[in-house]
Amino acid sequence: MSNALTPQPVLLGRSGLVFLAVVLGAAVLVPALNLLTSPDSALHVPTYVVSLLGKYLTYALLALSVDLIWGYVGILSLGHGAFFALGGYAMGMYLMRQIGPRGVYGDPVLPDFMVFLNWKELPWFWHGFDLFPFAALMVLLAPGILALVFGWFAFRSRVTGVYLSIITQAMTFALLLAFFRNDMGFGGNNGLTDFKDILGFNIQADGTRLVLFVLSALALALGYVLCRFLVRSHFGKVLIAIRDAETRVRFTGYRAENYKVVAFVVSAMLAGIAGALYVPQVGIINPGEFSPANSIEIIVWVAVGGRGTLVGAALGAVLVNYAKTYFTSGLLAPYWLFMLGGLFVAVTLFLPKGIVGTFYDWRRARAPAPEDLAPDDLAPPDKLPEPKPAE
Amino acid sequence: MISRGLPSRLGCVLLLALGLLAGAFLSPGAVMAQGAAPDISAPLAQLTTDKYDDTESALGALAVSGSPAAAGIVAALADGRLSYSPATKQVLIKTPQGGLVDAATGQPVAEAPPGVKAVRVNNRIRRAIEAASGTLALVNPDPAKRLEAASAVMRARDEAALPALDAALAKETDAKVKTALTLARASIVIGKAGVPEAERIAAIETVGAQGNQDALAVLRSVPADASPAVKAAAQGAIAGIERSLAIWSVGQNIWYGVSLGSVLLLAAIGLAITFGVMGVINMAHGEMVMLGAYVTFVVQELIRTYNPALFDLSLLIAIPVAFLFTGLIGVLIERTVIRFLYGRALETLLATWGISLILQQAIRTAFGPTNREVGAPSWMSGAFELGQLSITYGRLWIIVFAMLVFVALLATLRLTRIGLEMRAVTQNRRMAASMGIRTNWVDAMTFGLGSGIAGIAGVALSQIDNVSPNLGQSYIIDSFLVVVFGGVGNLWGTLVGAMSLGIANKMLEPYAGAVLGKIALLVIVILFIQKRPRGLFALKGRAIES
Repeated sequence: MSNALTPQPVLLGRSGLVFLAVVLGAAVLVPALNLLTSPDSALHVPTYVVSLLGKYLTYALLALSVDLIWGYVGILSLGHGAFFALGGYAMGMYLMRQIGPRGVYGDPVLPDFMVFLNWKELPWFWHGFDLFPFAALMVLLAPGILALVFGWFAFRSRVTGVYLSIITQAMTFALLLAFFRNDMGFGGNNGLTDFKDILGFNIQADGTRLVLFVLSALALALGYVLCRFLVRSHFGKVLIAIRDAETRVRFTGYRAENYKVVAFVVSAMLAGIAGALYVPQVGIINPGEFSPANSIEIIVWVAVGGRGTLVGAALGAVLVNYAKTYFTSGLLAPYWLFMLGGLFVAVTLFLPKGIVGTFYDWRRARAPAPEDLAPDDLAPPDKLPEPKPAE
Repeated sequence: MISRGLPSRLGCVLLLALGLLAGAFLSPGAVMAQGAAPDISAPLAQLTTDKYDDTESALGALAVSGSPAAAGIVAALADGRLSYSPATKQVLIKTPQGGLVDAATGQPVAEAPPGVKAVRVNNRIRRAIEAASGTLALVNPDPAKRLEAASAVMRARDEAALPALDAALAKETDAKVKTALTLARASIVIGKAGVPEAERIAAIETVGAQGNQDALAVLRSVPADASPAVKAAAQGAIAGIERSLAIWSVGQNIWYGVSLGSVLLLAAIGLAITFGVMGVINMAHGEMVMLGAYVTFVVQELIRTYNPALFDLSLLIAIPVAFLFTGLIGVLIERTVIRFLYGRALETLLATWGISLILQQAIRTAFGPTNREVGAPSWMSGAFELGQLSITYGRLWIIVFAMLVFVALLATLRLTRIGLEMRAVTQNRRMAASMGIRTNWVDAMTFGLGSGIAGIAGVALSQIDNVSPNLGQSYIIDSFLVVVFGGVGNLWGTLVGAMSLGIANKMLEPYAGAVLGKIALLVIVILFIQKRPRGLFALKGRAIES
């Protein structure tokens, strides 16, 4: 396309509008079906399904954050679960402090696990988490600062491609080991759980769960608009250029590492928000969220949906997780890993652009009028030039 | 006990005579048939007086008597099988089978004399029994037993054992046992009251030369009232030992580090081929290792079923089987999946991750999720001491094996035709193709070689890790770190990377603990990659940037 590098006037595009309509529609429709229909009606959505859907939406936001850096900057982070988990832990710490004296041991300040470990006072890093605004700030800052430090070091040293992927994996693995330690003061193996209240509302109550669902939907919609805005801006064009030819961008006079750090930090913060919304809906956060396997799974969601399409990432997250819930709860449970593994292989072999990317191809082939097919210009090329180590 | 036994022994001459007479009358012809055998009638007589003091001194006398019967009598007393007849003054041993044996003659006794009573035992006697059996072991015909007894005496540091030690030393011919006995004697002398200063200092020197933890404990037991010269000698010896122990402990950590490094090397070296040479990020590499371990399990099961005599060879049999099996799986994966993804490293990562999930689940379905028992052949168990290092044969063999695999792989790449073709294809695929090399076939072989080596690693790792479907997962991150740290595309880099990470890990552990040490190492590697983004031994040239 001739005008590929000039910003398109359309901010959202057709698929973006459809996506927002679906997400916001769900934000209205699901609570309505939960509240307004009687429990035995066919249209009724039980509360546990609402929470489940809410969980999918937070995953979708997480996938969106990964797509921002993988699809548009070419950074394959195998440690994005770490940012998600850090946001989750920040929220979890707030929820732990809200338990107050209602814990099993009844200590007015210390969470149960600290009483159990015979600690006498709150560690310094737990102070302030009784205030929601502080916790909310930490949801953004904890992943953001980690991403800033990590990204600043890594991108300034021009660690790219596979090397970057492996050290992000090492990062989340180190955090996994660290959070498993009881001495760290994050509940060790068991993590944080047994939450009671959020902002004074009972976290188990149906109403709270509906509100959390709506918030997750809004966060996803806003996250999408933000990412979309970023990748459509001049800034986003530079990101895409870095993805396709980093050296050339640098020679053109851009400081590629600064662009990458900014994108990485924004992405980490989005992941943190997703984690913070995930924890109250699931009711637990434990070190397992840091496991490298989790982070790789996120990559699969994005790959299934379509890398570099944003909409696809969210769609992939919801689809894969729906399949996971469906298959791991029934007779087919032992075969889920076969399915997931097969999905990885099949998508990379037969659907390299993912569902949405393939759909765009198909639509363009059918109707070559280009005015609204902007997403395609942003999609990554079939074959990325990867550094071949041995050459 | 032995020293205290003297006066009471004198008082027992009468009893001795009586006992001797009684024995002579009851079983003529058997008593003292061998003139060389020492006379133990006196202590035997003491055993029949039903007095603890006498029993105790009898034990002391038996211990130093040198009689071959003494050990049996002391053991019988320890088990409560020793009895005596007050009437005949005969000492009887009840054999474990229920028969009766005369302690003096060793002849069976058909019928117990009337009024037989057990020799009574209290805590004091039990202690005496322990000391006596320890002393008796010093003259045991088996040198290994003697050595054991000598070190037991050294640890116990019982002054009463001194005469027995002296006696044993006089007779000892085995050099190793003699050293141990000298050491035990010196340890006792150091702590004993009333020893001349020169003798004590000599003893301190003897012990100090030993230089281990035991010696340290002995030297710290120098009595407070010892002369300043003795104390100074002891302090000097302690400082010397502590210095050498510190050096040895560094040595031990390095040894552990080399051992861990070889494990890392084994796990990573196959990856150095698939990732380093071919540029394929093979996330299923860990599962190849896991398959190798399961091959070992299956081979061992078959051997157990069909020919248990071959069990010691099971690992040697498993090595080629594992290599062929995992190599074949590798070729299969390369032909069906990876060959479509060359040049798309990150996509390969996803596809191979999927393959790893499938393989894990397949093994879980076939063998169950629990750990499988893989036995160690006899030549891999046991340990030996090298100075203050304790070296287990298992670790030693794994290090040797890792080195052999490394050399074999290096030789394959350098010296064989297929190795040459592999290098040609990685350097310039199109040029190699136009020279008539079947690049597709070389790709498949290279991937098969990397996978096969992972399978061999699995055979070795089955000896030190739990054989479960998750075995591979625990090595994959470490393996990638080793390859990246060492420098991709360079086998020597992998060797150096594995060894440095292994040793660094074990050196950090004593200060930071296992988990924090590991975290620290991960952070160090992450920081190192910032400094040298292409690893320790980076390939230089323009090709890197392409």
